[in-house]
Amino acid sequence: MKTLKDVAVGETCVVSKLHGEGPVKRRIMDMGITKGVEIFVRKVAPLGDPMELNVRGYELSVRKGDAEMIEVI
Amino acid sequence: MAIRIALAGNPNSGKTTLFNSLTGSNQYVGNWPGVTVEKKGGTLKGNKEVEIQDLPGIYSLSPYTLEEVVSRQYLVTDRPDGILNIVDGTNIERNLYLTTQLAELGIPMVVAVNMMDLVRKKGDRIDIGALGKALGCEAVEIAALKGEGNQEAAAKAVAAAKAGKAAPSAVFEEDVETALQKISEQIKGSVPENLSRWYAVKLFERDEKVVADLKLSADRLGAIEREIEAVEKAQDDDSESIITNQRYQFIAKVLAGAVKKAGGKHGLTVSDKVDRIVTNRILGLPIFAVVMFLVYAIAMGGWAISIGTMGTNFANDVIFGEWVPGLFDTILGALGVAEGSVVYGLIQDGIVAGVGAVLGFVPQMLVLFLLLAILEDIGYMSRVAFVMDRIFRQFGLSGKSFIPCLVATGCGIPGIMASRTIENDRDRKLTVMTTTFMPCGAKLPIIGLVAGAIFGESPWVAVSAYFIGIGSVVLSGIILKKFKAFAGEPSPFVMELPAYHVPSVGNVLRATWERGWSFIKRAGSVIVISSVVIWFLSSFGTVDGNFGLVDDLWENVDDAYIESVAQDMDISADEVVAMDDSLLAGVGNVIAPVFRPLGFGKWRATVATITGLVAKEEVVGTFGVLYNYEGEELSENGDEIWDNVRADFPAAVGGFAFMIFNLLCAPCFAAIGAIKREMNNAKWTWAAIGYMTAWAYVLALITYQVVGLILGQVAFGFGTIIGFLLLAGLIYLLVRKGYVPEEGARNLTSVQAAR
Repeated sequence: MKTLKDVAVGETCVVSKLHGEGPVKRRIMDMGITKGVEIFVRKVAPLGDPMELNVRGYELSVRKGDAEMIEVI
Repeated sequence: MAIRIALAGNPNSGKTTLFNSLTGSNQYVGNWPGVTVEKKGGTLKGNKEVEIQDLPGIYSLSPYTLEEVVSRQYLVTDRPDGILNIVDGTNIERNLYLTTQLAELGIPMVVAVNMMDLVRKKGDRIDIGALGKALGCEAVEIAALKGEGNQEAAAKAVAAAKAGKAAPSAVFEEDVETALQKISEQIKGSVPENLSRWYAVKLFERDEKVVADLKLSADRLGAIEREIEAVEKAQDDDSESIITNQRYQFIAKVLAGAVKKAGGKHGLTVSDKVDRIVTNRILGLPIFAVVMFLVYAIAMGGWAISIGTMGTNFANDVIFGEWVPGLFDTILGALGVAEGSVVYGLIQDGIVAGVGAVLGFVPQMLVLFLLLAILEDIGYMSRVAFVMDRIFRQFGLSGKSFIPCLVATGCGIPGIMASRTIENDRDRKLTVMTTTFMPCGAKLPIIGLVAGAIFGESPWVAVSAYFIGIGSVVLSGIILKKFKAFAGEPSPFVMELPAYHVPSVGNVLRATWERGWSFIKRAGSVIVISSVVIWFLSSFGTVDGNFGLVDDLWENVDDAYIESVAQDMDISADEVVAMDDSLLAGVGNVIAPVFRPLGFGKWRATVATITGLVAKEEVVGTFGVLYNYEGEELSENGDEIWDNVRADFPAAVGGFAFMIFNLLCAPCFAAIGAIKREMNNAKWTWAAIGYMTAWAYVLALITYQVVGLILGQVAFGFGTIIGFLLLAGLIYLLVRKGYVPEEGARNLTSVQAAR
């Protein structure tokens, strides 16, 4: 299973499934990461975590631990 | 009757700018009931009949964050007459997500698409008519910062509110809409007619708060559950995800008909180019360090560029050193109040000196608030959190906790107030509780006194003070995070990184002034009372059997009496001063034994610690008074009384313990006031003060007993055992597994934690 965490900087992926439950998952979905959406991984913070994504035309940062909950293709 | 319009929108959508532009100076600031979220309202410029309620910036109406719950509650129970929903045109897709939720509330709504100037500049086109039609409400174009269309948007919202028509559009696919219909039938009569759709959607999402509030019968809940499960099975997904997905699908359809984007998908804007350098893997941290150093240098430092320090020095030395006391001298003189009388002492030595000591910090703080407001408005603050998150997460705080700690090295009060940018309630409380461990400017004289008097002016004392401060923040973070009240994930760090933009002068100045003014108000109330109390305790007492002003009564005492006081206080006769008979000295004598295990159980050190509650720099001044120092004026680090201080601390490590305790224990009254304001809850305020004092006591005791024993300065005894026990307890608290919320720590929301 490939997750958002494994996507290299500068690459684009498509979300296939969201794992987990509760506030974090809801928050991730509220911010526009839903099934079928395209995500561009813009960069990683200087200390290696969190990562910066471009989704639905804006910049979003998520921790790698949370990115693991997002399955992509 | 007044018309109430709620202003709702995402963070960074320009909501504050629009609010300021619509209300001007007719604003009032308060708190939403029971929580620390700021509540702002105002009347519309040019029409006093229209009240505008600014809702917190939110992304959704989920039941998970305080801001969202507060907004929901207001919209559902207070029912404003209309909603003005501000939407960022440059980021329209995600912004409309909230719009689809607001539309369900059955309240007339107008959508104001903001930043249209930037949209046009980019070459994108938004067909505002088509957008409004697809959303089922009126849409208008505005550019809030430039003041274009703001008034028209408000006028349209008022008109819509008067017309009172609200027509939510069908957002979801057929099977979901059918299920919602059936749920609506189940709750008919239990909810207001116009909120039926909102409740149906929330029940479909299995929203815990709504389910708990409605108290439906088991039969009905069962019927609703069957509807939900049928759809979930058909779609192979959970209901919350289905709703969210379909909202975004609906938005995609709306946008397909109304928006034409010009550029490529991942083309770099100016903001992106700036960001590439600012949060660069290699340059990110150095740039961050330089920015933070500049903020510190300009506001707090002691160099030619340090405007804040210059202002504060001027305020302390001239305004509150000469002008204000001079003014009061004239006024009191005109009223016939003689110098040396009780009233004169109360006003000049009590109130003027006490309040002046705090208000002197105002210039420094205004400069600091100004710089932070600029950084916030530019969009750099969220990058700070982005860069620092990795480090602060290690001990249970988020990247945003860094700013308060940095600010607190200047003064704890703005540090505590800076914690407001942390969204998660638990993290915010934790930050408020630990921020004042950092040695602030007023604690430096204490460090100077101990270093000079006891450690031969070793610079390592100051260095160690900073390490003790940082270490206390870190260790407290680790320890407290293991308790139930703070346990859980360090808050989901799913954060928008808004595009950089040029700060607006109006917004920055307003934000600076609001924070500065709230500080001044607080200082006004807390400091006046505490200054009067300390002044009373130190000026009044019983001398030779008579109660009164000790300075007055002292003029009539004979040598025999002085000798007896000297014996009582265990000091030599030439050291006896009037204050030795004050109530404060009495209190000090009673409390002193408490500090004996820390190595400074003499009453003078105790009294100095108490006066430190008014302002930490008072500690050195109090020693000056108590040692009967008669020179012109005591220097800042009190080098004139070093010999006396040294004599009071037979074991050097006791002096160090004294310093530790004073650096870490309850902060000054002004900072306690700030903590109370940020916690907005008496229990939490006392918990914070209690924790700080306990932490200071334990650390000072371990230092004196254990380190003292190792250095051979303190003999082995009962205290040593206590010291080792506390040390063991501390290590246990640090390494224990701690409280783990059952079934996924991630389910603990900030709303629950706030209870």
